[in-house]
Amino acid sequence: MSADAKSTVRAIGGRAPDVFRRGNWVSMRHYADDEDIDFAIVGTGAGGGTLACKLAEYGFSVVALDAGPYWRPLEDFASDEQHQEKLYWTDERIVDGDDPIQLGSNNSGKSVGGSTVHFAMVSLRFRPEWFKARSKLGYGADWPLDWREMWRYYAEVEAALQISGPVTYPWGPKRPRYPYRPHDLNAAALVLAQGAEALGIQWTATPLATVSAPRGNSPPCVYRGMCVIGCSTNAKQSVLITWLPRALAAGAEIRDLAMVGRIEHNEAGRVTGVHYHRDGRWRFQRARNVVVAGYAIETPRLLLNSSTDRFPEGLANSSGLVGKNLMVQANQAVWGTMDHEIRGYKGPPSLAITEHWNYADDGKDFFGGYAYMSQGPLPMVWAGTQSTKRGLWGQSLLDEMEKYNHQVGLKIVGECLPQERNRVTLTNERDQYGLPIPRVTYSYCDNDKALIRHSLAFMRRSLEAVGANDIWDETDDTCHLNGTARMGSDPTTSVVNADCRSWDIPNLWICDGSVFPTVGGVNPSLTIQAIACRTADRIKRLAARGEL
Amino acid sequence: MSDRYPGYDVMAKRRSMSWNDQTRAVIDARLAIDPAAHRFFTETEWQTLRALCDRIVPQTIARPHPVPLAAMIDEKARANLSEGYRYAELPPLQQAWRLGLAALDGEAQARHGRRFHALDGLEQDAVLTAVQQGNVRNPTWRELPPKSFFKKRILHDIVSAYYSHPTSWNEIGFGGPTGPRGYVRMSFDRRDPWEASEARPGREAQARRENARVG
Ligand SMILES: Cc1cc2nc3c(=O)[nH]c(=O)nc-3n(C[C@H](O)[C@H](O)[C@H](O)COP(=O)(O)OP(=O)(O)OC[C@H]3O[C@@H](n4cnc5c(N)ncnc54)[C@H](O)[C@@H]3O)c2cc1C
Repeated sequence: MSADAKSTVRAIGGRAPDVFRRGNWVSMRHYADDEDIDFAIVGTGAGGGTLACKLAEYGFSVVALDAGPYWRPLEDFASDEQHQEKLYWTDERIVDGDDPIQLGSNNSGKSVGGSTVHFAMVSLRFRPEWFKARSKLGYGADWPLDWREMWRYYAEVEAALQISGPVTYPWGPKRPRYPYRPHDLNAAALVLAQGAEALGIQWTATPLATVSAPRGNSPPCVYRGMCVIGCSTNAKQSVLITWLPRALAAGAEIRDLAMVGRIEHNEAGRVTGVHYHRDGRWRFQRARNVVVAGYAIETPRLLLNSSTDRFPEGLANSSGLVGKNLMVQANQAVWGTMDHEIRGYKGPPSLAITEHWNYADDGKDFFGGYAYMSQGPLPMVWAGTQSTKRGLWGQSLLDEMEKYNHQVGLKIVGECLPQERNRVTLTNERDQYGLPIPRVTYSYCDNDKALIRHSLAFMRRSLEAVGANDIWDETDDTCHLNGTARMGSDPTTSVVNADCRSWDIPNLWICDGSVFPTVGGVNPSLTIQAIACRTADRIKRLAARGEL
Repeated sequence: MSDRYPGYDVMAKRRSMSWNDQTRAVIDARLAIDPAAHRFFTETEWQTLRALCDRIVPQTIARPHPVPLAAMIDEKARANLSEGYRYAELPPLQQAWRLGLAALDGEAQARHGRRFHALDGLEQDAVLTAVQQGNVRNPTWRELPPKSFFKKRILHDIVSAYYSHPTSWNEIGFGGPTGPRGYVRMSFDRRDPWEASEARPGREAQARRENARVG
């Protein structure tokens, strides 16, 4: 293993790690701190990494900073749940509210490439009506985006990641066939399929961002099943190995282990660059535009931490909404055991999906929808579920764990509604950089609870239909964070406009999961990347018209 | 406990295509942990912690590599490896463990007049059940909510340490590390030759033979 990526800066001196070749480097453009670059981007995940690539390809000068390390997956990633905790954002955060949320491994990454380095690769489009949830479906808020335009950007991202998926997708308006063939189903996925057929609803192989055939420097997925702790073969099409190599080739600079602590502004109220901590000291990068893409907790935290006399409530916060409307997605599950050997540890964890309850509205006593997917938890996660969620310990835990290879489960990604009381605020405690740490407050509303009840009852029927035994509900898990800097068409009720440009400060942009006004019932990263592609196109057009 | 995967040893794959160098380094280090090592906890705390680990995950069967649970928790506390979030009602990791071990002793004293490690197994389990359900009597819990401490620290830390260790993988028939080699046979009741074979009734001998060939 080469020098520790967590303590030693790697992308420096005109070169960055070659993620595809052991010990190799690729050349990287270098900008001086006092050079007035076009864009400083904070965060290199689904939002920031994608935008860095597109803007660099359009000829803008770009420096993208990430607090996390620059991994070499082939050399740095072990097949080990505990060791790979190094991928997660584990700086201290306080959680409270009626339903405090689990962060860390469950939620956010701290790596060049962001949380996509350890995400589960599920790559789904929104249901078109969700972009107008308020006017078409009667809840939440409307997005300032048109689904037909988004449909084009989804196709762009699906092509960029060569998504493996079915030839025809059962729900929603027509979409092009997925670029790569779907993956084989494992037993856990077949259980979902059989249950869905027994209940008369449709299911499909999940569209996944891991290749089912060779692609460039990526070998096909070999079903290691360790996707959520980092892919050590580069089959997974994470931001780290897709958008970022393109960004470097197009002249972007990426700075690893670079934590941005503050955004600076001038007397005219325009931002002028970012203060960042790297190699043991604080530095300042000048920039004509700053993009914040730190995910739904770090983005509002940075905006709030950048408060000044002129902007006492933080930057871009005249609406008072920065940090508010934090949305999780419900992630409840129903588990059971089968007489069959299932061995869910083989292959990507969620190979089959049904979006039935995202598209069917009949008989629901709640707004919104959910998808559910087959599961393949690794031992530490599974034992955590049996102990901390189900309360087992001692011999009863050991007895239950022994059934590991027979266990099956269905888990939702469920839409939770935006509520202003769910929010990110600052505490008086400080982190290792001396910055105030965030407090994350979360409580479900009645609608969320009704959706969860519906999903648990339905998934239970599905497991019963395939003959599972000892069925039990896991009632308190959440995933994916969104909201906290929502987009909209009115400066008093949103933080950014459709172009991810802040209403208050024209050269400050936000481009990540924070901008979602609602979350829908699908995993968010494809939508985040599609929005980033759209934002890049808009910036190019605005620049051409002299409107940046 | 039954021997569901007789003769299966995930370590037999150590030199196979299922393990790469970085995985070997990580697991070798875990297997080399000295079960008696403790640098964070005091002798008193260490006694209580060891007794606690024995109840949360009993390791009654003699095995070549028992999981050094208490030493793993000591190292986690020493290195202050927090998960990245903290329930507002709980103190930080190190403080929670120190307060919690003292409170377990306090609870044992209040109920039985002896420290936790000096109780028998049934008495210890009764104390732990009371803590899990929040039915505590000792005032030391005022600074530490018992239910949260039980769930978020005791269960979370001890159980995840156990299932990070190859010995536990043998018990549950987990295939262990996979890199670069993954899996081929994915459907119901299929196993690759490098996976654990289950001793279903009537096929114990066959399972043992197959497990001897795993590598
Ligand atoms: C276990 C798991 C499984 C998931 N599975 C899926 C899935 O199957 N499908 C799906 O669509 N989504 C999935 N997600 C969610 C998905 O990964 C996120 O929604 C997505 O990556 C969010 O994109 P983002 O750009 O908002 O933030 P991220 O991708 O998290 O990127 C943010 C980056 O910003 C950096 N950063 C933050 N603050 C600062 C700062 N101040 N200075 C410098 N850098 C900073 C961070 O280090 C991080 O690298 C999963 C997430 C997890 C944790």
